[in-house]
Amino acid sequence: MESSEVFKLIESKYPDALKSIDLEGIEQSVTIDVNSIADVCNYLKTESELQFTSLMCLSGVDYEDKMEVVYHLHSLLHDHRVTLKVELSRDNPKLPSVSGVWKAANWHEREAYDMYGIVFDDHPDLRRILLPDDWEGFPLRKDYVVAEKYRGWTIRKIKEGFE
Amino acid sequence: MPDLKTEEMVVQMGPQHPATHGVLRLEITTDGEIVRKINPHIGYLHRCFEKHCEELNYHQIIPFVDRCDYLAAMNNEHGYVMAVEKLLDIEIPERVEYIRVIMSELNRIASHLVALGTYGLDIGAITPFLFTFRDREKILDLFEMTSGARLLYNYIWIGGVAFDLPNGFVEKCFEFIDYFLPKLKEYDDLLSYNKIFIKRTAEVAIIPPAVAIEWGITGPNLRASGVDWDLRRDEPYSIYDKFEWDVIVADGRVGVLGDSWSRYYVRVLEMEQSASIVKQALEGLPSDENVKSAVPKKVRPKEGSVFFRSENPRGELGYYIISDGSDIPYRLKMRSPAFCNLSAISDVGEGLLISDLVSLLGSIDIVLGEIDR
Amino acid sequence: MDYFIQIVTDLLPGLNGLPQWLVIPSIMFLFGALIFTGIAIYSLIILWFERKIAAHMQDRLGPMEVGGWHGWLQTVADAVKLLLKEDIIPAVADRKLFKLAPYIVFLAAFAVFAALPFSDKIIGSELNIGIFYILSVSSVGVVGILMAGWGSNNKWALFGSMRSVAQFVSYEIPIGLSILVVVMSVGSLSMRDIVMAQDGGIFNWMIWQNAPFNFIAFLILFIAGTAETNRVPFDIPEAESELVAGFHVEYSGMRFSIFFLAEYANMLAVGIIASTLFLGGWQGITGASSAPGIGLIWMLLKGFLIVLVMIWFRWTLPRLRVDQLMYVCWKVLVPISFFNMVGAGIWIGLSS
Repeated sequence: MESSEVFKLIESKYPDALKSIDLEGIEQSVTIDVNSIADVCNYLKTESELQFTSLMCLSGVDYEDKMEVVYHLHSLLHDHRVTLKVELSRDNPKLPSVSGVWKAANWHEREAYDMYGIVFDDHPDLRRILLPDDWEGFPLRKDYVVAEKYRGWTIRKIKEGFE
Repeated sequence: MPDLKTEEMVVQMGPQHPATHGVLRLEITTDGEIVRKINPHIGYLHRCFEKHCEELNYHQIIPFVDRCDYLAAMNNEHGYVMAVEKLLDIEIPERVEYIRVIMSELNRIASHLVALGTYGLDIGAITPFLFTFRDREKILDLFEMTSGARLLYNYIWIGGVAFDLPNGFVEKCFEFIDYFLPKLKEYDDLLSYNKIFIKRTAEVAIIPPAVAIEWGITGPNLRASGVDWDLRRDEPYSIYDKFEWDVIVADGRVGVLGDSWSRYYVRVLEMEQSASIVKQALEGLPSDENVKSAVPKKVRPKEGSVFFRSENPRGELGYYIISDGSDIPYRLKMRSPAFCNLSAISDVGEGLLISDLVSLLGSIDIVLGEIDR
Repeated sequence: MDYFIQIVTDLLPGLNGLPQWLVIPSIMFLFGALIFTGIAIYSLIILWFERKIAAHMQDRLGPMEVGGWHGWLQTVADAVKLLLKEDIIPAVADRKLFKLAPYIVFLAAFAVFAALPFSDKIIGSELNIGIFYILSVSSVGVVGILMAGWGSNNKWALFGSMRSVAQFVSYEIPIGLSILVVVMSVGSLSMRDIVMAQDGGIFNWMIWQNAPFNFIAFLILFIAGTAETNRVPFDIPEAESELVAGFHVEYSGMRFSIFFLAEYANMLAVGIIASTLFLGGWQGITGASSAPGIGLIWMLLKGFLIVLVMIWFRWTLPRLRVDQLMYVCWKVLVPISFFNMVGAGIWIGLSS
């Protein structure tokens, strides 16, 4: 099934949840409303025509005016894939967790929290995953400034002119 | 003794522990020898790969990609450059595709050899480890011949490869294949069908297919659970559709589907298939083409994003690249297979003995460089 | 022992003037020192052998540099290194237990040698219950291992020592039962009597008697002996990939090398016990020789042979799991050795 057909199905099932569809470029994607992402995901996974059984990737993205969470889904049974996006406000990035839908989301969401500070509601165990628990700030945010010290150790600055 | 009571003990397995293959730390709650709860702590090897990528141009990222999965650097490069090429929408000379496939499959064999050898070590057999490293050495020699490096190659470039194959490579590679295939029998005799090895691995730490898919387990681990899925065949990239080979799916010939032995043995059989692909690629290798003819001077993809995945020895390696039109990626996310494979351990590993946990951990074949990035 | 005392007093006639209570203990001490040195030298040699054998089994060369010819001094260099290393005691360890443990382990291994007959004359103490003494003394070592595991205050060490205790206690039983078969056929617990009963060449060795019961007993003794010495495939107390290093994980330098020495001493002890009980002891293939050194050479050859087979095991086989180890003992070895013993008893009763 083509991505556009999947989008149509989502649109007919959740008309309010669908915010925009992007059919341009290499990757076609659909933007889902923050609050209904978990429901849409659940629908995509359980609907017999779709059966997106595996979550390939879940990534956070920081566009300096907004945050985005991108879901890449794939169905092993029907062999089709779809890309979902959720837009979040930068001040309070918060959305429902999909770890109840796919367990694979568990660590991906922790990573997104770790790197971007995106909070996933109802996540069973939302802690930092790659960075130390007492790390300050969210490094992959575009406005992240490296702290001068961590536990008394000086963090070295990148040399000028390093490309 | 009325005051005598038992309680669960928390043991730190790692970050320095022989069975954790690097710097993984498992905080395990044990009841005697039985593991009741596993809490994995990762990130000891975090090198800010994704942050680095936002500062470097597309060419400069390749060495960093090497260092993610240092046991399968060629496969990592291959996946990355294909993602960028898809973003750039450029055509690659056929010879380059052949060289890339040869390198990726050789690297897959090398990576699986490490997996088998270290798995033997985990189970307590020391000799297979040295046998597999002896054979891996020959592959590394081939890589050294081609790229000058033995572990981190920086060989596959966007639009081409760094150097053409050196003189004598094809003959040496054929020689290696002829040498290598009989060795598989040796591994079978020494380890795979060893009674004690089977006792330790068969019917241990079973991952049913549904659980495997749910946790996003991919690659040999998924095929060991009986799911017939291989990106090289089902979403053919590069020139994999030109070759005759089989996707190896475990059949539970010893033990049951999805146990540690299946995960181990899928890799043994996969090496045979990889060797066959290498052989076919060497036979069909087009001659005399400039391997750098398609290398772009400046990589400036159009605005947009791409998610591309390829079959790494450990599973599906995905790159999500967002371009803002400059020569530096706006965002690069790596979906590392071992990261997803490892995330299942707290679910699958509960209720096992400590020895079986080691058996499970070894059989899912993790590389911490890729998990922590 | 009397023979040894006689030799020393013959060599040093001045000793006759001294009081007996002083001479006898010093000569005994001398004998002990000789055995200790012997064990140390044997360990160095067998360790070098093990490394070379392992290397050649694994398609490599092993140590080649130190000492010139095939790295024969490598293990000596390693031993010197171990002795010179810093002796680290963890801050939270139980210092007394921690320090005492290696000595107890070694003492148990060492004390066994007192009753081992190296030849017709060279025997530390000719006990009339020799084999019984060996069995009981060797099991003291497990106390040392438990002390090491507990005293280290390390959870892996504790795991290792708990496994070790379970393993030791369990495998004593098949060993005892298979030794009983020999004791029944000979009718004596004395090591000397057991060897004497096998007089007259290879076909009189105990391993061929009471067919097939003694042969089975030999196999069981050998398997259980491998387990008693914590060798692969029964090395779960050390299980490097699971328990890091098991009970000696916190030990370094000198103390570690004492554990090491005890392991190799135990291996030799198992070799010598097995060859004494089943392979004719100090007697050669054609029977005992009257020349003085020959018995010792035969004994050591047979002991080495069994140690070599253990080494061969180690570099070939993977490791069993804890529960499988217990399964092998209680559900395989114990019943077999029990029925074997009963069968041997009936056979002996019928044939006498």
